[in-house]
Amino acid sequence: MSTLAEIVQRCQGLFEDLRFDAVRQWKAAAPGRKAIGYMPIYVPREVIHAAGMLPVGIFGGGDQLEVIQGDAYYQSYICRIPRSTLELGLTGRLDCLDGMLFPSICDVIRNLSGMWQILFKDKYVRYFDVPQEYHDAIGGEYYVSELEVLRDDLAKLAGRPITDDDLRNSIGVYNDNRRAVRDLYEYRSQRPWQVPTAEVYLVLRAGNVLPPEEHTQLVRDYLAAAETEGRPKRDNARVVVTGSFCEQPPLGLIKSIEMAGCYIVDDDLMLIQRWLLDDVPTEGNLLENLSQAFLHRSASTASKYDERREDKGKFLLESVKRNAAEGVIFAAASFCDPALLERPMLQEVLARHKIPYTAFKFAENTGQMAPIREQAGTFADSIKLWSAA
Amino acid sequence: MSTPTPQAAPKPAAKPVVKEDAMLLQKELINRNYHELATAHDVGRKISATFVPGNLNELLMCFDFARSLPETNALQNGLRKRSGKMIMDAERDGHSEDVCTYVKADLGMMLAGDVGPTGEPLPKPDVLLLSYTGCFTFMKWFELIRQKYGCETTMLHVPYQGDGKVNRNMRDYVVKQLKENVIPTLERVSGVKFDIDRLREYLKESQKAETDLVGVLQSAKNRPSPIDGYFGAVYYIGPIFTAFRGTPEATRYYAVLRGEIDERVREKKGPITPEGELAEEKYRLVVEGPPNWTSFRDFWKMFYDEGAVVVASTYSKVGGVYDFGFRHDPDRPLESLAEYCLGCYTNLNFPQRIDMICRYIEEYQADGLLINSIKSCNSFSAGQLLILREVEKRTGKPAAFIESDLVDPRYFSAANIKNRLESYFQMINQKRSRATTH
Repeated sequence: MSTLAEIVQRCQGLFEDLRFDAVRQWKAAAPGRKAIGYMPIYVPREVIHAAGMLPVGIFGGGDQLEVIQGDAYYQSYICRIPRSTLELGLTGRLDCLDGMLFPSICDVIRNLSGMWQILFKDKYVRYFDVPQEYHDAIGGEYYVSELEVLRDDLAKLAGRPITDDDLRNSIGVYNDNRRAVRDLYEYRSQRPWQVPTAEVYLVLRAGNVLPPEEHTQLVRDYLAAAETEGRPKRDNARVVVTGSFCEQPPLGLIKSIEMAGCYIVDDDLMLIQRWLLDDVPTEGNLLENLSQAFLHRSASTASKYDERREDKGKFLLESVKRNAAEGVIFAAASFCDPALLERPMLQEVLARHKIPYTAFKFAENTGQMAPIREQAGTFADSIKLWSAA
Repeated sequence: MSTPTPQAAPKPAAKPVVKEDAMLLQKELINRNYHELATAHDVGRKISATFVPGNLNELLMCFDFARSLPETNALQNGLRKRSGKMIMDAERDGHSEDVCTYVKADLGMMLAGDVGPTGEPLPKPDVLLLSYTGCFTFMKWFELIRQKYGCETTMLHVPYQGDGKVNRNMRDYVVKQLKENVIPTLERVSGVKFDIDRLREYLKESQKAETDLVGVLQSAKNRPSPIDGYFGAVYYIGPIFTAFRGTPEATRYYAVLRGEIDERVREKKGPITPEGELAEEKYRLVVEGPPNWTSFRDFWKMFYDEGAVVVASTYSKVGGVYDFGFRHDPDRPLESLAEYCLGCYTNLNFPQRIDMICRYIEEYQADGLLINSIKSCNSFSAGQLLILREVEKRTGKPAAFIESDLVDPRYFSAANIKNRLESYFQMINQKRSRATTH
């Protein structure tokens, strides 16, 4: 078994590889293999996997990509993820992908789907709309039909039908992956000093480019290796980080929060791997099962409509409680409409429950970490001071 | 006892603003709606709030609601130069400087005690009809209002035309939501039973008004154009995009307006600007994106001073695209409401938007495309630079790009915009002289 350092190093390599060599290698390993990219937050990867294809998470270009062409398509007041994603596409880094899925997260990603249709005419492109209405007979029926379209489209692309057995197997594979990720998150919540988020994040990011079976094993290997490490426990503040569900903060920012005296005990980074909260049944109508999991047993985030006023902030409050967090850090990407419009509502709920919070914005290429470290450090200090009183 | 106030030196009399009769009528209608909203609760009427795109006005009328439209409130406050303070108040209250200024103007108005643009109170709505059509921000906007007011909210999720078409699944989804969620909620809040025949009658009125509106907007295909299809059109679309579609008043308004415009076509007259009729039409433009409201008159002046007329705009389709044949259909009332919502401009995908603009350039014999990119509005703005490139490539006509905001005066730089427009007009001239030479 690999050592902890080897696992983290491998994940770091995959994270930094903006040519997606892991995807290229996977495709080259057998003739006819195809890969489908997807953007945050959520697409049903099970359907892609059932077509024998590799689902590939495209989460922007991070802080190592120089964006030149992508900037020519966007005004200064648009967030960075669409421009770096375009840069990846226009520079040929995504030519290993046979298609792209753009989930309904915000107007920017929505419009990017149409831009992709125009700029990459030879690729399969789909805007993947999910219901904001959560009744099985209404939103559910609509969603099942959307899943059927996706299933048919991918079957055509694969040149073979996607059978129920394929789908059943893939749901099982992703159930297993989600279980492994849940275990990791639970462990981090209990012993955050053993599995710092800067590492956990890299382990999750590896899931963007690895086949799910391999990623599940990687998560388990990491956890097993981390448990054996003797890492010192510090008197850090336990915080939940929220608002980073789409454009991802630079790794340096996550490290800065931790170095400033915070243990991140929950977050909404790489949310797709924890979007469905528990196992999807593998019996009965499988598309309906996926639909019901989405409608009734999925994470809450700013891109989802809360049907009732009293539901606003409930998911975040539960996370704070479940993880014994002492505060919340709102870390939203600049110009992220969903996160920034949601933030005041969540803050009001936290204030009502006397949960301390702080807020800042970032871009995926933010380079100056001193202000973040200072703010997070002050926040951690204030939590420690006041909670001790 | 009154204290004498110092008298300022008399200012030179301002030039009276010239307005078409239809513009005055429009203003009267809008002001009357504000008065109805202000007095609704006094006379036992319930108030609804909803958005312009995907605006189900006829349906709301079936339940006797007085009808408020938050975007219209924000833009009316922008026109009256009140929105700046409201936005800053909302930002002081914790709202990000990065997000939509319509939302912040609305929240700022609430913070200041809910006095509407006309100075009359704007009471708390009894129901929010969240028509989530073509703009993600709408969803958060009504969640924010709901959080503040605690009022009932009913959601209508309208799927996006990602593939550039409306399929049966999308339409059925919207109709089901209308039947199962929206109508029962409106019945419960209003206490009025839904009557589909009443809806049919309103839709019959809508059809007539829609046909006349199309006639008015398409009059700009004439040379000279008798209307400005952007600055003038925002007055023309006012009633039909807000609380009046489906009313006999709107039908009358559009009949009168069409009569006036037909007359102008016969007389070969140009559009009416705030400084009178445009004497010479030098440039014919298509404009993409909403206007700036806080400096609306100054913005318009930059065009008419140069003899530039907007012959078609995408903004005038934001509350409904009628010029390619869609009409509300009383024989399929709920289905046609669904199709209306699905077809609003910002619910179209990028290839559709580009096709539409190219078609406008050709059919209206425009000299080029101008994009007014709005900081607040990602639904419109994200990716507009690709629209610019594609339209130039496909039509061979020059395109230009300016930036402003809806109702935030901090993002309107008059000198910058004027410079860009002047350069653009020069570009059109050069293109013309090259075409003449070769």
